[in-house]
Amino acid sequence: MSLLYVAKRFGVFLLIVWLAASLNFFLPKLSGQDPVESKLMQEASLGGYVHAGIEDMAKEYQHKFGLDRPLWAQYLAYLSDVSRGNLNFSIANYPRTVAGMIRDALPWTIGLLGLTTLFSFTAGTLLGALLAWPGAPRWMRFIMPPLWALHAIPFFLLGLVLMYVFAFQVQVLPIFGGYSAGASTGFTVKFVLDVLRHAVLPALSIVLVSIGGWALAMRGMMVTTMGEDYVTFAEAKGLRSATIFTRYCIRNAILPQTTGLALALGQILSGAVLVEVVFGYPGIGALLFQAIEENDFFLIQGIVFTVIVALGFATFLLDVLYPWLDPRISYRRT
Amino acid sequence: MSNAAPTPRGQSNAAPVLRVEGLRVAYDHARGPVRAVDDVSFSLSPHERFGLAGESGSGKSTMALSILRMIKPPGRIEGGEVWLEDIELSQLAPDAMRRLRLAGIAMVPQGSMNSLNPVVRIRDQIGDALADHGTKLSRRALAARVRDLLVDVGLPPETGDKYQHELSGGMKQRACIAIAICLRPKVIIADEPTSALDVVVQRQVMETLGRVQAELGAAVILVGHDMGLMAQFVDRLGIMYAGRLVEVAPIGEIITAPRHPYTRLLIESLPSLEKKGGLRGIPGLAPLLRDLPSGCAFHPRCPRAEARCRLEKPAVRPIGPDATVACHFA
Amino acid sequence: MLGYIRRNASLLIGVTLLGILAIFMIVGAFTIDTDNAQPLSAPALQPPSWDYPFGTDRQGRDLLAVMVAGTPLTLWVGFVAGIIGVGVGSVLAFTAAYYGGIADTVIRSIADIGLTIPGLLVLIIIAVSLKGSLTVNQMAIVVASLAWLNPTRTIRSQVLTLRERGYVEIARLNGMSGPEIILRELMPNLLPYLSATLVASISGAILAAVGLEFLGLGPVDSPTLGMTLYWVQFNAAIINGWWWWWTAPLVVILMVFLGLFFLTVGLDEIANPRLRRSA
Repeated sequence: MSLLYVAKRFGVFLLIVWLAASLNFFLPKLSGQDPVESKLMQEASLGGYVHAGIEDMAKEYQHKFGLDRPLWAQYLAYLSDVSRGNLNFSIANYPRTVAGMIRDALPWTIGLLGLTTLFSFTAGTLLGALLAWPGAPRWMRFIMPPLWALHAIPFFLLGLVLMYVFAFQVQVLPIFGGYSAGASTGFTVKFVLDVLRHAVLPALSIVLVSIGGWALAMRGMMVTTMGEDYVTFAEAKGLRSATIFTRYCIRNAILPQTTGLALALGQILSGAVLVEVVFGYPGIGALLFQAIEENDFFLIQGIVFTVIVALGFATFLLDVLYPWLDPRISYRRT
Repeated sequence: MSNAAPTPRGQSNAAPVLRVEGLRVAYDHARGPVRAVDDVSFSLSPHERFGLAGESGSGKSTMALSILRMIKPPGRIEGGEVWLEDIELSQLAPDAMRRLRLAGIAMVPQGSMNSLNPVVRIRDQIGDALADHGTKLSRRALAARVRDLLVDVGLPPETGDKYQHELSGGMKQRACIAIAICLRPKVIIADEPTSALDVVVQRQVMETLGRVQAELGAAVILVGHDMGLMAQFVDRLGIMYAGRLVEVAPIGEIITAPRHPYTRLLIESLPSLEKKGGLRGIPGLAPLLRDLPSGCAFHPRCPRAEARCRLEKPAVRPIGPDATVACHFA
Repeated sequence: MLGYIRRNASLLIGVTLLGILAIFMIVGAFTIDTDNAQPLSAPALQPPSWDYPFGTDRQGRDLLAVMVAGTPLTLWVGFVAGIIGVGVGSVLAFTAAYYGGIADTVIRSIADIGLTIPGLLVLIIIAVSLKGSLTVNQMAIVVASLAWLNPTRTIRSQVLTLRERGYVEIARLNGMSGPEIILRELMPNLLPYLSATLVASISGAILAAVGLEFLGLGPVDSPTLGMTLYWVQFNAAIINGWWWWWTAPLVVILMVFLGLFFLTVGLDEIANPRLRRSA
């Protein structure tokens, strides 16, 4: 695989990062609103009065946040800040930095999303492949319809139902949060188990819905692949059924399936955000929700930017992994 | 390329290596079953080159697949017997049949199409065939075996490391031949092996095929529609029309004295270097298998057709030791 | 035609589910007073009863009225955004696929990059920037702004496969101009596929809209389905045991998504006859 290919893909990644940063910067400016001023107004009105000094306070903050400089200066400053990882301070939780708050929340989301996606993709793909194979056991056919129906609904809706059933009706699993309140954090077995217990429902919401999608897609790919000439020839060669299934069918059907994974990452993340809100799971999603509620503009910006960068990087990794799966790609002009 | 070979092939007094008797294959269509192969019988002597010619839709590819028992639903083998020496194939258990494929009867597909796995190297596609048939070789022995096979079909040894998209059409076809001969089969069925290739490459591939066949001592069934190619390669030719084998005869006889009207029209339609004049085709179109004419399927297009042809399907009659014909007037 | 619908199970299920919803909305519009979908219309937190078949919520909304009023609103956002998405997407896709070259590279790159970015997040930024409560129509526009990305990609790949077919060449040799070929040769053949894409696009738009509303970024005063769920979350209705509050919107949303999903599958089957034969 050529260095040029990797460099090109990395270039696309950098382009995405720049685009995300710019969008993040310019879109809000379009509305003409000043995040600091509106936040202060909000705080003041909550306090029950509006005094004359508010405008001066706003000006001070604006100066501090650099909002009184010309647009292009702000843009350049923003880009340089972002490239150094400085995502500004949180308006609502000042003096905490946005980057710090994200750093606390991100591992939870990566853990939840990473594991559930890995599991759903693997299990779903295998299931889909087996469903397409005539030699598969008959009972598998019965799994399909419920999975099929499930995968059309958004993750967080299933989350609501699961929460009701398992956390309210049959009080087996915790309702809220990433770990029990007042639990001492740290890598003790007790804590880890606690974390896992809290992660079960959010994880299930994602997995149960996703599996159906992957299975359905893989089954479709397999059906197409099984009709190809090279599979017919493989059979004429007298190869064993298992060999044809794995080396000729799955090995080829997995290619568009992996592309599908790269494309679906954005959607999966959007869904996961909503799931975290439902369960109060302390990841990026819940943080985002909190930021929206608190009108904390910089935090919202920071989160969106971080997520886009993370996704761009994940896509970059998948892109670079792809030629390893498909020898035709590095051969052709990319 | 001449037909002169050291041993006379197609001797009908040797025990046949392959015998097809009364083979019938049908496809289940929404409006009723369609007979793709209608009561076909022929036999193949050791070392013989047998051609199976016919237009598209005549059922010849289905014939090839049905010999290997690879007909899938909605198709099914309705009846008939296929004998490889003294084994009747329909009696075999599925796994026994699987092991017979490639080791007993091998197929050479249209390799320049899509017949090779795009994500597996050529050497591994030979290797998995050997492995799944129980050949246990050390890595070095396997590599040597693969190399020998590739060289045998005229390919450079490095071809083994390549993927199929890195090969030209002719190379892909020869790789398929290499796979087909790796277990030294007794019968090789070549299904339109040169259809998508240009004439020069065609000749190379056919030479390769002929050479490996002679080395192995195998019999070949060449399925195709190129009469010129048949004339240069085969010993005996079978003509298929609408699922039936309407004529079988040694190639010389078919070219000079065809018996069936369809065969005659086919031969006459071949452009020749001596006679100049307009091209002559066969009027009308080959019938759809699901919509066959009554009686003899060829009668709407046959210059010799009479009332009897519309009513009565002609039976297949043997003429001499190696020839048969299915016509009321032959 | 009706016979085919009976054989195409997915299409049948989809049409049935959506049909039930349509009947619910139409009958409801004539019989239920949608004013009751506003707060303080009824005593708060009543479980389902004869007076209030779907119960009431904490702010005193009659949930049956909310469903009747809110369902069309949510569907409306989906339709508008979905149609704009497929409309814009088709134009871009046909241009890119038919003319190729620079147009293709640019359009394809934009669509590809746009797809790596999670749509919901961009929508959040847009919605937050436009703070000062969105109306339903404004939200439709917001969702539409990203809705064209996926259709562009999928329609483009379909057109690419068709472009190489013989009849396009013949049309070109006959002197038909580009747009003419697109309109008269390519589009009619793609109609089933376009319909499936449209339904999928509508579904995606409704999902985005419900997501935005659930986060509290939707039209706060409208009784849309997503906003109802927002209030459910806000008031912790699940833990408090007010099951009727979230059951109604959940069931309706489920029917919407499942109905659209089966409809898509059914249309896909029509578009791609090869799928008809497999089990």
